[in-house]
Amino acid sequence: MLAWTIYISFAGALMSALLPKGRNTLARWFALAVAVAGLAISVAAYAAGFAQGRIVIVDALWVPSMGIHYLLVADGISRVLVLLTGIAAVSGILFSWNVDLRTNQFFAFYLALIGGVYGVFLSGDLFLLFVFYEIAIVPKYFLIAIWGSTRREYGAMKLALYSFVGSAMVLIGLLAAYATSGSHSTTLTALAGAGLPVSFQMWCFPLVFVGFAILAGMWPFHTWAPTGHVAAPTAASMLLAGVVMKLGAYGCLRVGIGLFPHGLDPWGFAFLGIGSWRDVFAWLAVIGIVYGALVALAQSDFKFVIGYSSVSHMGFVLLGLMTLNQIGVDGAVLQMFSHGIIAGLLFAIVGRIVYDRTHTRQFAELEPMHLLRRLPFAAWAFVIAGMASIGLPGFSGFVAELQILVGAWKVNPWWTVAAGIGIVIGVAYIWRALQKAFFSDALPTAHEIESEQEHKFAPICWSEMAGVALLLACTLAVGLYPRILLDQIAPAVKALLAGGAQ
Amino acid sequence: MNEMTTGFLSGFPVLTLLTVLPLIGAALALLSGRHARAVALVTTLACLAVSLFIWTRVPADGSIGLVERAAWVPSLGIEYHLGVDGLGGLMLLLSAIVTLMSVDAAHRVHHMPGLFYGLVLTLESGLFGSFTALNFFHWFLFWELSLIPAFFLIKLWGGPRRGPAATQFFIYTMAGSVALLVCFLAVFLSTSTGSAPGTMDFSELATMAASGALTQMVTAHLGPVMPWLAIGVLAGFAVKVPMIPFHTWLPAAYAEAPSPVTMLLTGAMSKMGVYGLLRIAIPLFGVQIAAMRTPLLVLAVATVVMGAWAAAAQKDLKRVFAYSSINHLGYCLLGIFALAVPVSGAAAQADQAAALNGVILQMFNHGITAATLFWFMAMIQMRSGGERGINDFGGLRKPAPVLAGLMGIALFSSLGLPGLNGFIGEFLIFRGVFPLSWVSATVSVLGLLVTAAVILTVIQKVFSGPVPERWASFPDLHHGERMALAPVIGLMFLLGLVPQLIIGTINPTVQYLLAHWRF
Repeated sequence: MLAWTIYISFAGALMSALLPKGRNTLARWFALAVAVAGLAISVAAYAAGFAQGRIVIVDALWVPSMGIHYLLVADGISRVLVLLTGIAAVSGILFSWNVDLRTNQFFAFYLALIGGVYGVFLSGDLFLLFVFYEIAIVPKYFLIAIWGSTRREYGAMKLALYSFVGSAMVLIGLLAAYATSGSHSTTLTALAGAGLPVSFQMWCFPLVFVGFAILAGMWPFHTWAPTGHVAAPTAASMLLAGVVMKLGAYGCLRVGIGLFPHGLDPWGFAFLGIGSWRDVFAWLAVIGIVYGALVALAQSDFKFVIGYSSVSHMGFVLLGLMTLNQIGVDGAVLQMFSHGIIAGLLFAIVGRIVYDRTHTRQFAELEPMHLLRRLPFAAWAFVIAGMASIGLPGFSGFVAELQILVGAWKVNPWWTVAAGIGIVIGVAYIWRALQKAFFSDALPTAHEIESEQEHKFAPICWSEMAGVALLLACTLAVGLYPRILLDQIAPAVKALLAGGAQ
Repeated sequence: MNEMTTGFLSGFPVLTLLTVLPLIGAALALLSGRHARAVALVTTLACLAVSLFIWTRVPADGSIGLVERAAWVPSLGIEYHLGVDGLGGLMLLLSAIVTLMSVDAAHRVHHMPGLFYGLVLTLESGLFGSFTALNFFHWFLFWELSLIPAFFLIKLWGGPRRGPAATQFFIYTMAGSVALLVCFLAVFLSTSTGSAPGTMDFSELATMAASGALTQMVTAHLGPVMPWLAIGVLAGFAVKVPMIPFHTWLPAAYAEAPSPVTMLLTGAMSKMGVYGLLRIAIPLFGVQIAAMRTPLLVLAVATVVMGAWAAAAQKDLKRVFAYSSINHLGYCLLGIFALAVPVSGAAAQADQAAALNGVILQMFNHGITAATLFWFMAMIQMRSGGERGINDFGGLRKPAPVLAGLMGIALFSSLGLPGLNGFIGEFLIFRGVFPLSWVSATVSVLGLLVTAAVILTVIQKVFSGPVPERWASFPDLHHGERMALAPVIGLMFLLGLVPQLIIGTINPTVQYLLAHWRF
């Protein structure tokens, strides 16, 4: 059943491209219908998944000479991320309701991207995974380059180049693994069971891990993320932060840790207390957490704050992966979901609800606009989204980050301490953005009130309200009852970690 | 796990009902716009009724009753675990009364009324939740749930300098929250054995602390950090109470917040700090607190004396009452820290029980009295066009005799006049503290004297003397206000004359708590 998420999205993309020009309303409703269908399938599959565990959806030999299978597999981790993709797809379309330029093409690229993402999360074959991974990169470039804003060509090119460099590293790793394993199959299970030599894993793991981690925004390879996010149109930045960065993290977990578990073993010597790739990447993740938060604190552009906050929150995902224990990796997967929802919401508020009305993202220009009075919906939505982002209890981020901190503590308490500092800085930058953008204390002058009367903002439309409500409901539901996701994540992570230990 | 689930389902989850009720009310208030106050009044009345019902069902043996328990996030030791004893039940009652008073007092909110009452009701839910929670996560959720509405209530409806006041309030309380979170994370990590997750359950942790196992586990896991954890937790609560030197956010916040919000801040929210000391800090860190007893007593006495002196130096009536609140809660701190000492013998145990009974009574009585005083401030400011300097008035008892009389009763209750509610709590605290620490009790008497002087000065400057020309027709309380105030003033007399109404229920809890605490 889950395979249909991929087919529907690609078919929808194709049909959307063929829709007659100028029929923008039709294109919107069509795209929404496709995305809702995908979400409905992923919800149904998720509900059924509590009893199923890991299932093979499709298994067909694709390129017999190479042993490449068209193999789609779903376990708890995949289902959670497919669910996230479905939610992000629907809300992204709701927040791009006002795209008027080549609307049908916009949604065609958008749905193609979604289809690729679904494909990556469901692939059980390494080669297939890589194909879907590449499919997801191309539409992303066009979405930014054609429909983007601030320095869009630059942002799009930077994003594409970083992605391709990462892909190249991954590809080399994959080919090497295929050659070394000697097995005549490219399925993940076959490769993991091939018993790759430890010395091979030692150099192949960092190559593949970094290749994927570039897309997950790992410091110091994160610089594409803020510029890309800012340049992208709202829906694309929601997808970038919401699901595309998760592709990278998912690759790190499924391919990096799943195939090369011994790449994380100690080197046998230590330099400055760093004795394995695990230490290296965990510290890079921690630096990303703190650095992203500090840089977010210094931004004058509202969207850059959110862009850098993504770097910080994705650092938690990578840190959770590097704990290699049940609670930490559980937390990492939960954090992927949580950040996907919360970052999507923040980008929607900043990029769509605020920017499309004020046409500025500079705090200095937003401060005198008294947005609390003029856009109360945006202000309160940002308050709640900000509370979720700083990880207050009751929102999904709290449980996710707490699990990662607990997992990290068991390995190296200093990781927990440093990441905890990142959380505190997180409170500060959200607080600062909130104060500057919405809750400025300055009283309006008569002149300002006059100009406000002349330039009234367009009212909040139904699609914006629906999108905000959908995303808020998700983060609250997971925050208040995290077992809704953890009950599926935990067995899948357990199996993956056990497979790695063999 | 099955037993827990059936335990949750067997009785009607009245505590959950009480916590959810204000949230429903908040949603309705948000939607109902102009009729928000009516919604809020109905909701708070219903909450008062439910909390009165809960008060009658508090177990007679002083243990925790009406327990609701269900698994929540097992991997993090998080459970849905609620219950009340005499202490919790009394705090629920206080929160319900103070919120009702606050909604009653806030009848001229023109600016976004739906949001205002929605936030007040959300805050009430936060109070109920944190006074019933028995698991750290659950408790922390509601602790934060009460902070955020309070911040916005100050920030959006406060006086001219509301921005800095709200920021200061936010930063202090957030810092306190971070300290608490870090300490409990450390406790959680230390109590995990093997693959089993640790615990965040207050009653389990209290049992471990009483047997000394908690200190052992924390020391084995993290080294000798137990005293630092105790300090972190104490600091988290000290900000909230507040205890000197963590009090500097309070005067600005109390003065800038609209009076109905100040009623909530001082009447109910400050009790969250004292409650936290009794429910969390003492049971878990009793030994460490006993070891730090002397410096803590110094801070408590400083809070009592300096709070009173600072009140004497203020010119703004709201700031006078703000500092006098610090002084009154200082007695609670005094009682708590004085009894934190290992004792033997029935006489010393009776002293401890007297002090603890006094502390709990004082929490309730200060809540009622301070909220009433700020209510009167709301009425005075409405009539004076916002003026509230202690020297701005004079002779108000001539144009407004009922106002002067009723506020006089509240002021005398705050002063601790026998026969009114304020007296019995402070008396019991001093009765218990003298034998346990005569030095701190003796020095604290200074606080009593200065407070008396401050209150009498207020009465003299505002109500006596010649009437300035402009206040010659100062309107007296109208019929509705008198009716609204009558129950509260009646309560002051009732509790002053029959304190047994409360002591009867809390004394078993006091005995139970003292029997289980270990210093």
